[in-house]
Amino acid sequence: MKNPLDSIWGTIICGLLLTSVLYNFIYFLS
Amino acid sequence: MDLIIYGLGRWLHIGSGILWIGLLWYFNFVQVPGLKGAAADGTAAGITKHIAPRALELFRWASLSTVLFGALILGKQLPSALLFANKAYYPIGIGAWLGIIMFLNVWGLIWPNQKKILNLYQYATNPASDEVKNKARRIAFLASRTNTMLSIPMLFFMVASGGLFRRAFFGG
Repeated sequence: MKNPLDSIWGTIICGLLLTSVLYNFIYFLS
Repeated sequence: MDLIIYGLGRWLHIGSGILWIGLLWYFNFVQVPGLKGAAADGTAAGITKHIAPRALELFRWASLSTVLFGALILGKQLPSALLFANKAYYPIGIGAWLGIIMFLNVWGLIWPNQKKILNLYQYATNPASDEVKNKARRIAFLASRTNTMLSIPMLFFMVASGGLFRRAFFGG
């Protein structure tokens, strides 16, 4: 499997997914 | 005193952050893709010799000043933010931790490896071997891409930690 960080779009998508995961995590926690 | 800490400190924190993340995005969105073309037509030396070292100097010191001014603004609330003392600290706590991880990435991985790649400081007179440089190139690249990825949620939680944005996203 290719490392998603090797491409710009892979990096941006990973960043957006991480944002969504963290946001939902603390939204439901608070 | 409040004017200095919350006014000037916040101004300098945001200014340093723009310089830091602006250069990070420049490296990832402009310089790295541009270097491929420059290497193909033999013009990469102009970038690696005159632009990248200057950009890296600003980049690493801007990362330090962003973190220091961020800590100054938080002041006594810094431990509460980093330890997620209560739900009001969740957004800024996440933003602060992401910023700290990115800062450690800059000073612990990106800068030491870029010095080898670009023959800076101790490597100016004693350059690293091609094998060492290739390894350093991959580590620096992945650390830089990791920081670009982390910059997206970091920026979100920094702006979401106050004002109307915070109310819109987290209520209360």
